[in-house]
Amino acid sequence: MVARPNIHVKSKVAIVGAGLTLFRRRMLETPRELAWEAARMALEQAGLTLRDIDCVVVGSAPDAFDGVHMKGEYLADGAGGIGRPTVRVFVGGGTGVFVPIAAWWHVASGLCRSVLAVAEEKMSPAHPHPQGVFAYIWDPILERPLGPNLIWIFALEMRRYMYKCNVPKETIAKVSVKNKRNALDHPAAQAAAKITVEDVLKSEVLVWPVQRLDISPVSDGAAALVMVNENEARRVTDSPVWVEGVGWTLDNTHWYNRELAYPRYVNYAARMAYKMAGIERPWKEIDVAEPYDPFDYKELHHIEGLMLARRCEAPKLLEEGWFDRDGELPTSPSGGLLGVGNPIAAAGLMKVAEIFWQLRYEAGARQVKKPVHKGVAQAWGDLMQAATVVVLGV
Amino acid sequence: MGEPRLPGTYLKEKEMYQLPGIVEHRPDAKYSFSAGQAVSRFLEGLKQGRILGKRCPRCGRVYVPPRSYCEYCFAPTAEWVEVSGEGEVNTAVVSYISTFRERLEEPEIIAVIRLYAPGYTGKKDEYEFPGIFHKLCGVKPEDVMSGRVIGMRVRPRWKPPERRVGSITDIECFEPVEG
Repeated sequence: MVARPNIHVKSKVAIVGAGLTLFRRRMLETPRELAWEAARMALEQAGLTLRDIDCVVVGSAPDAFDGVHMKGEYLADGAGGIGRPTVRVFVGGGTGVFVPIAAWWHVASGLCRSVLAVAEEKMSPAHPHPQGVFAYIWDPILERPLGPNLIWIFALEMRRYMYKCNVPKETIAKVSVKNKRNALDHPAAQAAAKITVEDVLKSEVLVWPVQRLDISPVSDGAAALVMVNENEARRVTDSPVWVEGVGWTLDNTHWYNRELAYPRYVNYAARMAYKMAGIERPWKEIDVAEPYDPFDYKELHHIEGLMLARRCEAPKLLEEGWFDRDGELPTSPSGGLLGVGNPIAAAGLMKVAEIFWQLRYEAGARQVKKPVHKGVAQAWGDLMQAATVVVLGV
Repeated sequence: MGEPRLPGTYLKEKEMYQLPGIVEHRPDAKYSFSAGQAVSRFLEGLKQGRILGKRCPRCGRVYVPPRSYCEYCFAPTAEWVEVSGEGEVNTAVVSYISTFRERLEEPEIIAVIRLYAPGYTGKKDEYEFPGIFHKLCGVKPEDVMSGRVIGMRVRPRWKPPERRVGSITDIECFEPVEG
């Protein structure tokens, strides 16, 4: 069921600039002002202006968070999309990494020479808590009558993973400790902290086994990339970062008829991207990774789906420090969603931006210790069903 | 990343409400959902205390809750099957919060039940299986935390017939099968 992508593209695609706003719980700026700030910074870093941009891809998760319908159209001016071929893409939490995937095919097809790829999310407007907005992702007939909270499904998946892989909560909590610590060096970070496993285990129990510090925060923010074809890339920079592979998959919404301990859909998306990138042994060939971590256990789950560890092996490697910033295969060196914050689509794109900065050795205090040539960023979404994967290389 | 200070202006909650022109809006939208071809009949079955599923004639997959089509064969699932409702707990958690994140007085136990259905092999590693998402009763939070609940044999506790309306909540919860 792994897709067999056509790898004969019209042009290679490079990332030549990235931009980011602060990630915070409540922001003065409107969603499109946030989009504009990130887009302008990405252009500036690329040494380009909006005149140099052919097409625009916008990504944002459910409209209900910002509370504005047609969010793509709403964000278009802030994202530089006016008068240009502009499209908004959406695959729930997977959206942030889907934005550069869509931008990739705009350029790889030869249709556009340069694309501004912008992701924005403002979760804070929804009251009394954005949790309520998630009520509408459940099946109206068979699920909503039970009065579900979004965290239920994560807790059920986490419990299943703990059972199948025999992982204690103490181990899973170490992901939160690692990512929040990594985020101390990230200038956008909202939830950076020096915490201990104890702190996680003592935090408020929401839906056991999920506790407050197992989860990423509610955030506002935006991120942007400039992506161009090979000619443009050679013209504007000496250090382009190439998009070597892209992959994405949807599974069905019948999540309670599926084994939750292993994300099949992430594996399919990863295999598609690796095939395109010519990667046969990702656990050896990938130098740095940004797996999606809205919850701590999900990072481990996704590391396994991405084949960076064998099934049920990620917790053991985590204990050994394998995924630390100075480890064998650093994961979420940015600090991830747990540390930097989780403005949904923007958080996914932030992960791609982090791999971009890592491969250019521009990550400053966050730069991983080992030499890096190839990295992977991944996002996940919806009812345990959407996966988006991007492989970058230099 | 060379930028000492990233754009964006954080507001404390108090500051937010002191801003000029804060607009509050509560959407007032009411929806009526039809359950569709397969699930309407499933709900009718629940009213009668029966749990129905459908089987794909091509690949033999059994779908509970039923689906009108097999997503793999892309063919109609023509055949109805009835299952006992008994099954085993696949995963279970203890919820202390409501849909809108208010603290609950009494925690609820939520589970995925893997149902005994035609084709059930007893293997623990099948990726897909007939199953129901529901609440558990008759077990304690400690049993969930210790892992004792996983694999436990359970069956539906039905509401009395006069209180059933053709809803997933016609099943009150799933409870352990004695012995």
